Amino acid sequence: MREVHVDTVRDHIRDMCIDANYNLGDDVVQAFEQSLKIEESPTGRNVLEQLIENARIAREEQVPMCQDTGFAVIFVEVGQEVLFVGGDVKDAINEGVRRGYTEGYLRKSIVSDPVERVNTKDNTPAVIHFDVVPGDKVKLTIAPKGGGSENMSTVRMLKPAQGRQGVIDFVVEHVKTAGPNPCPPTVVGVGIGGTFEKVAWLAKKALLRPLGEPNPDPFYAEMEKEILTKVNDLGIGPQGFGGRVTSLAVHIETHPCHIASFPAAVNINCHASRHSERNI
Amino acid sequence: MSVKRISTPLSEQDVMELKAGDNVLITGVVYSARDAAHKKLVELLDKGEDLPVDLRGQVIYYVGPAPAKPGQVIGSAGPTTSGRMDAYTPALLAQGAKGLVGKGSRNQEVKDALKEHGAVYFASVGGAAALTAKTIKASEVVAYEELGAEAIRRMTVEDFPVTVVNDAHGNDLYVEGAKKYERVAGEG
Repeated sequence: MREVHVDTVRDHIRDMCIDANYNLGDDVVQAFEQSLKIEESPTGRNVLEQLIENARIAREEQVPMCQDTGFAVIFVEVGQEVLFVGGDVKDAINEGVRRGYTEGYLRKSIVSDPVERVNTKDNTPAVIHFDVVPGDKVKLTIAPKGGGSENMSTVRMLKPAQGRQGVIDFVVEHVKTAGPNPCPPTVVGVGIGGTFEKVAWLAKKALLRPLGEPNPDPFYAEMEKEILTKVNDLGIGPQGFGGRVTSLAVHIETHPCHIASFPAAVNINCHASRHSERNI
Repeated sequence: MSVKRISTPLSEQDVMELKAGDNVLITGVVYSARDAAHKKLVELLDKGEDLPVDLRGQVIYYVGPAPAKPGQVIGSAGPTTSGRMDAYTPALLAQGAKGLVGKGSRNQEVKDALKEHGAVYFASVGGAAALTAKTIKASEVVAYEELGAEAIRRMTVEDFPVTVVNDAHGNDLYVEGAKKYERVAGEG
């Protein structure tokens, strides 16, 4: 067994909260620049220019790109030969979030109870997804998720007979309904298969994939392209002001499913498609 | 791209001249308020009490800023989703508010109230929060300090970039913009 001290996890998480919120990935900035080449609407182009400038300011001045610094959604892949020592790893992760959001001047957006709604004042607790994998390493990924785009998410239990076209229609219709609300240009995460809870997780996981990297299966890569074209043909455009670029990418993740089921889910990311990754 | 400049407080004439799709730079005072502050304001009105801020001619910005770093006037400060304020908005327009700034669609009641009271709904770029913060030159909490990021702030802005979505004449950029750029299946 390889021992990993939970303080190491805590310190990485702290830094990752700040890194993800200050430094927008090069893949996203490049997608903005590509979009400028195809956007025909003057107002849409102006939005894209503002987003490029905003990302530059955030990176240079080390400030959050968006005031909604998100729910700390954390994926932890734990090698089965890893032994955590020094305390509870969940507590360590939450302590890392607490330090990151406080020391990084990030907004605290979490309420302790969904109905009573009292702010926890330190952005904890995080949403943590653990997975056990072979090996003796730990992979941490944080994806701070804004409320505006998260609210534009959905799960639908389709009928198997609806097939490929059924999923395409469902996703396009959903992006149309979301309209300007999730801060387009967006990244559209699509989950297909599994069960009710699995499909939502897949849609979220799909958002972690770098932009420009298609699904490794050519069938789904083609489907991603087709949905992206259809979504951009909606004309919603940057910020919903009308234009060619509604989404920067569509990512599909799949899982085998029951003979009677055909679940599909959409999780939308705003253009601040933030994440940070570390390996221990 | 042409840009109009306006100063707050807004006059009847300022509002009537703005059209959906106009790109506008706002200079002057705007007041921040989001869900929790809206709820408190409308509760006061329901009880027949005065508001902590005179809203006549004023612009309300739906924002809950990030904390300011040392030396900053304010932390990153982009708009939040406006639809959550819809239930409260007609009452505040009746109090004389002339401009609303947020992002995302409004319901029909809000659109009707904009026409009825002569007011305009602007969107600023959601997520361009570091850029927007640079246009905010001063900020002080004027009510509900206990709400933290959701407190009402009096913000002095200079050339704050926004786009008119719903004007006082019933036009809607979200509907018209998408229609203009929509490609129907089969079209080139």
